[in-house]
Amino acid sequence: MTGTGADMTEFLPVILPLVWAAILALAVFLYVLLGGYDLGLGVLFPLAPSDKDRDAMMGSVAPFWDGNETWLVLGGGGLLAAFPLAYSVMLPALYLPIILMLIGLILRGVAFEFRFKSERYRWTWDMAFSLGSVLAALMQGAIMGAFIQGFAVTDNKFSGGAFDWLTPFSVLTAAALLSGYVLLSAGWLIMKADEALREWAYGIAYTALIAVATFIVIFSLWTPFLHPEIAARWFSPGNMVMLSPVPLITAASVVGLWMALNRRQRYTPFLLGAVLFLLCYTGLGVSLFPYIIPPNITIWQAAAAPDSQLFMLYGAIPILPIILGYTAYSYYVLWDTTEHDAYH
Amino acid sequence: MPELDPLLLSRIQFAFTISFHILFPSFTIGLAAWLVVLEALWLKTGKPIYMDVARHWTKIFAVSFGMGVVSGVVLSYEFGTNWSELSRRGGNVIGPLMSYEVLTAFFLEAGFLGIMLFGWKRVPKWVHFFATGMVALGTAISAFWILSANSWMQTPVGFRVADDGVLHVTDWWQVIFNPSFPYRFAHMVAAAYLTTAFIVAGIGAWYVLRNRSVPHGRIMLGMGLSLLVWLAPLQLVIGDLHGLNTREHQPAKIAALEAHWETQRRAPLILFAIPDAKAETNHYELAIPALGSLILTHEWDGEIRGLKSFPPEDRPNPIIPFFAFRIMVGIGLIMIAVGVIGSVLWLGGRLYTSRWFLNVLVWVSPLGFLAVLSGWFVAEVGRQPWTVYGVLRTADAVSPVPGGSVLASLILFVLVYGIVFGAGLYYIAKLVQRGPDETPPVPEKGEADLSHRPMAAAGNP
Repeated sequence: MTGTGADMTEFLPVILPLVWAAILALAVFLYVLLGGYDLGLGVLFPLAPSDKDRDAMMGSVAPFWDGNETWLVLGGGGLLAAFPLAYSVMLPALYLPIILMLIGLILRGVAFEFRFKSERYRWTWDMAFSLGSVLAALMQGAIMGAFIQGFAVTDNKFSGGAFDWLTPFSVLTAAALLSGYVLLSAGWLIMKADEALREWAYGIAYTALIAVATFIVIFSLWTPFLHPEIAARWFSPGNMVMLSPVPLITAASVVGLWMALNRRQRYTPFLLGAVLFLLCYTGLGVSLFPYIIPPNITIWQAAAAPDSQLFMLYGAIPILPIILGYTAYSYYVLWDTTEHDAYH
Repeated sequence: MPELDPLLLSRIQFAFTISFHILFPSFTIGLAAWLVVLEALWLKTGKPIYMDVARHWTKIFAVSFGMGVVSGVVLSYEFGTNWSELSRRGGNVIGPLMSYEVLTAFFLEAGFLGIMLFGWKRVPKWVHFFATGMVALGTAISAFWILSANSWMQTPVGFRVADDGVLHVTDWWQVIFNPSFPYRFAHMVAAAYLTTAFIVAGIGAWYVLRNRSVPHGRIMLGMGLSLLVWLAPLQLVIGDLHGLNTREHQPAKIAALEAHWETQRRAPLILFAIPDAKAETNHYELAIPALGSLILTHEWDGEIRGLKSFPPEDRPNPIIPFFAFRIMVGIGLIMIAVGVIGSVLWLGGRLYTSRWFLNVLVWVSPLGFLAVLSGWFVAEVGRQPWTVYGVLRTADAVSPVPGGSVLASLILFVLVYGIVFGAGLYYIAKLVQRGPDETPPVPEKGEADLSHRPMAAAGNP
């Protein structure tokens, strides 16, 4: 399958891990964005003003949650396929938070089906939806924190303990991601909800934005001290100038988002929320690249055989745009569905 | 306190989570295909009854599919949480197969599921039909990749082992279409269709018996039985071919599922026994002479290798495969009998009035699920002690996680799956009970006029 000639055999092992790192980064980003507003709705669920609003919140995402979650499956499956070494180190290291995340996703996922079929026990599924979403969001945040901090590795295997992932840093990343998800879901409701619920969502968005901005500042100061390489990357004189747009645009987005909320704009809050996520994500990438298990294993060391990566790429290149196409079509057709369109 | 063994606990957890999961694809693969047929009939004939039946079963499909999705996500992570050495050493091979499943199947299902469930009034009929078709196609493609990956682990070819123990693919075509794949794929898809047809026919029979939604019930009964009558016998043939293939590639599994200890010609067919792995013998054996050789080799004096011809550390314990195989085959024979008797009654014009038959059908109709589970227990326990057959032992595939973590997760899964499964069954039963033609437009509180959106009220009992 690999190309012929010495230049191809040298070129592919260098370039393919970069391409797959980019594809997986895209999958994880799309999950964080789509799964983010989706989970955030579950976090906001018990706070909503009325049962009618809860129906509307759930109805607004019911046609999409399955598709949103598929990006998470692609992230997991793609990591196994493209970087098996990273997958086989990370998942045992993150055993408990991953299991808890999955349990959370199960509880909230089935609630979409069960809630509308239930009268007497509807509150049970309301709780399952909400607690499941909170659990999944917190665990994803903790996983992110543990990932940034890195894992103990000996002979290509995880060699740490069951609770290595649980640190003050990962507790804080958990809270940060949760507040980010809430910001996205407030933006989602601002786009989709009726006027009363929308006004409520604006209020939530202010609070969430303050929390998110605070966390961004905290992490910008804390992360460089985790590994000296990260500090060197950001604060060496040449890099500082080149990378300065990241924090500057971030600050501008926070201000812009605040103003959009003040002006009661409909679509800008979600979009700027997404931009904020993208910027934090970029910042994280700058900090960690090229490590996939910081600070030990690079994407090249963890990469699957070039032949395996290439074999998948033949499929991924034509299929991913098609997926994005019909996902967009589905969002377009079902954009203003409410729970009344349901088949229940 | 005894040491908690992460290997044993991981095996129990994987067996539990995958057994739970496989119930839903077994149902939704067949159900999606049937919904496509129903919608096609509706588009072609214009008869609203097909649409009523399709809509009713779409609700049941949605519940099952939802449970299949959430339990399936778990599995894609368990490869890492519990079987990280399999992932590290086999990732080059199974990783791409599973990624292709996500890319070609999961997204297809998820992308069009929204339109299938919520788009009845929002898209033209043919677009809805197309969406249902894409969901059905997605379930079939998903089965293709997963069974390819599983079959490769059973009959691995097209790879080499590098010095560090990591497997590298030498031929993708050989990997995907490995020796046991065509048989396993055909066997599983047929099993899914049969399981669905059995349930559909059973619920149809229930409506006819209750004298409720009788025209709808007759459609279910008729369509279910008309699939059963030819597919159940065909499944016996596919299963037989699958068995011949297994005898060639995994003879120890055949020895285990037949509980044969000695290598022999004119081997008996053991109908009942309690296999004893320690004593290397069977207790309370009841057998028909020579029939075993005939069935397994298609020759009276064909040779069947016994378990004793394999080193003890390479043998599966026969007790589970032996009984699971007999349960599976027994249910297959019941399906054939039901299909034949049902057809004879139908030809005689007595199908809808033969209450004894309809009653039996209602009671046996969930057996397909038990057959699917039994079949997988034969396949998976029978391939032990290997995860990748002859290449990677299960004991070497497990993650470096403490037993306590696995015990905790196992308890959580049992609790949560118990609740979810119980609730899911309850809501499906409620949907069945409500019936296909009873969706009265009850206004929701605070909103009087929903008459133009009658489906909304279906959520109320």
